[in-house]
Amino acid sequence: MDPLDGNAIGGLMHEVFGAEMTAVTATCATCGASGPVAQTVVYLDAPGTVVRCRNCASVLMVFARVHDRYCVDLQGLAALGAR
Amino acid sequence: MSHISRGFHGRRRTPAGQEGRVPPGQYVTEDFPVLSAGPTPHTPTDSWTFSITQGGGTKKSWTWAEMQALPQEDVTADIHCVTRWSKLDTHWQAVSIDTLLEQVEHDAAYVLAFSDGGYTTNLPLEDVTGGRAWLAYGYDGGPLPAEHGGPARLLVPHLYFWKSAKWVRGLQLLDTDEPGFWETYGYHMYGDPWKEQRYAGD
Amino acid sequence: MEGTAVRGRLTWQTATVSAITPETARASTIAFDVPAWPGHRAGQHLDVRLTADDGYRAERSYSIASAPGEPVAITVERLDDGEVSPYLTEELRPGDEIELRGPIGGYFVWDPDTDHGPLLLAAGGSGVVPFRSILRERERSGAATPARLLYSARSLPEVIYHEELERSGTGVDVVYTLTRSQPPGWSGHRGRVDAALLAEVAWTTGQDPLAFVCGPTSFVEAVAEGLVGLGYPPARVKTERFGATGGR
Repeated sequence: MDPLDGNAIGGLMHEVFGAEMTAVTATCATCGASGPVAQTVVYLDAPGTVVRCRNCASVLMVFARVHDRYCVDLQGLAALGAR
Repeated sequence: MSHISRGFHGRRRTPAGQEGRVPPGQYVTEDFPVLSAGPTPHTPTDSWTFSITQGGGTKKSWTWAEMQALPQEDVTADIHCVTRWSKLDTHWQAVSIDTLLEQVEHDAAYVLAFSDGGYTTNLPLEDVTGGRAWLAYGYDGGPLPAEHGGPARLLVPHLYFWKSAKWVRGLQLLDTDEPGFWETYGYHMYGDPWKEQRYAGD
Repeated sequence: MEGTAVRGRLTWQTATVSAITPETARASTIAFDVPAWPGHRAGQHLDVRLTADDGYRAERSYSIASAPGEPVAITVERLDDGEVSPYLTEELRPGDEIELRGPIGGYFVWDPDTDHGPLLLAAGGSGVVPFRSILRERERSGAATPARLLYSARSLPEVIYHEELERSGTGVDVVYTLTRSQPPGWSGHRGRVDAALLAEVAWTTGQDPLAFVCGPTSFVEAVAEGLVGLGYPPARVKTERFGATGGR
């Protein structure tokens, strides 16, 4: 199953962050590459959603829905937003 | 929850007579879905090793040839994924984890399986011994395909299949139970499908 | 609280199916009555959520096929082994209720007031859906933006919106490539989009074109790479990948 891109998590990110996020710039903490969230590499299959850097494949974000809450890991990002 | 979609059933096919084999909340599939958290590793067998580690060090390591020289087993098992699909009577060729752990002296109570690509998952030692777990390198009569975890994966059919780490390269011996990748994000530390232990607290 | 859409927040709403229109043997356009729909932009999508009587849930994303200002509609292509698409295309009826949330997306959108440059829209299969919204918005707004749609489909009967596309006005070129079978006498392109076909339809970089590429991941990556190879700045190639499953 081919991975998708950050457009596929537009709804999820809007739910988590309270705003449209696909056009926001994400900067990778591992390699420094940056680009719109829409262009990240997204693995959507449960158990959870894993978002990776298109340049180096490092994990940028993980979202896991556990009961009625999201567990969100953003440690792979150096920045999310205007740089 | 107020809204029910008229006429929507999802995939619900439990073949007649197999109800006892399907844990609660699961459906039976004829497919073998591929679920991934990252790109598929492609590790050549001539550079592949499997290690038992503890602390920072390696207690024992096998090359592919050394692993293949160990006693082999044909395993038939039902497997259950936390995403609700179950696949019955899957056929594997494998080495028992007992065979590997017997060659190492230790008193660990837990293991953390680690894989190419960085995936980890934790299990109690007693759940990977006693004939309950394997290092599987063959599936359905052929080599295990990379998309399903080849060249070799962990196979622990009595727990949810996220514990059967794909692309496994070893087991780290631990004194205490430490959460692996999905466990860190709230998935159950143990994962018994018959008790529907999908998430922490279940 | 369910159904109350506060401006800016994205909540699940209960919508009513108002019409279902077959487009091809496998694809149908489903129009909805959404009580608190805030309006949408061309290129955006929405999420659909289905709940079975035992609480089992499935969610999928679908591009919005209608233009801003038109009633919300999506076009769904049925996949034989799909879980949701067979339900939406075969079971759902006008009057049924469905949960959805949207509109979603701020990257894969085209706005004639703020976006510039001739448009290149490259569609793989059901990737054409957001482009119907974009082309209708282009016409509705009176924008003079030249637009080219490169549409890769398996066969002519599987081309979605064929009649509408054939009626495209001046300023819109539609180029098809049929990858699996072609009708007798077909003089158009056949086979997958390749560098030669891209070079033929792509605007020259001097024209500062804006490209949107939508479809299965393998299609999107091949076309996006090809356009960058022709000199398109990566920021001027917007991509949206579907799974092999059509919806996401």
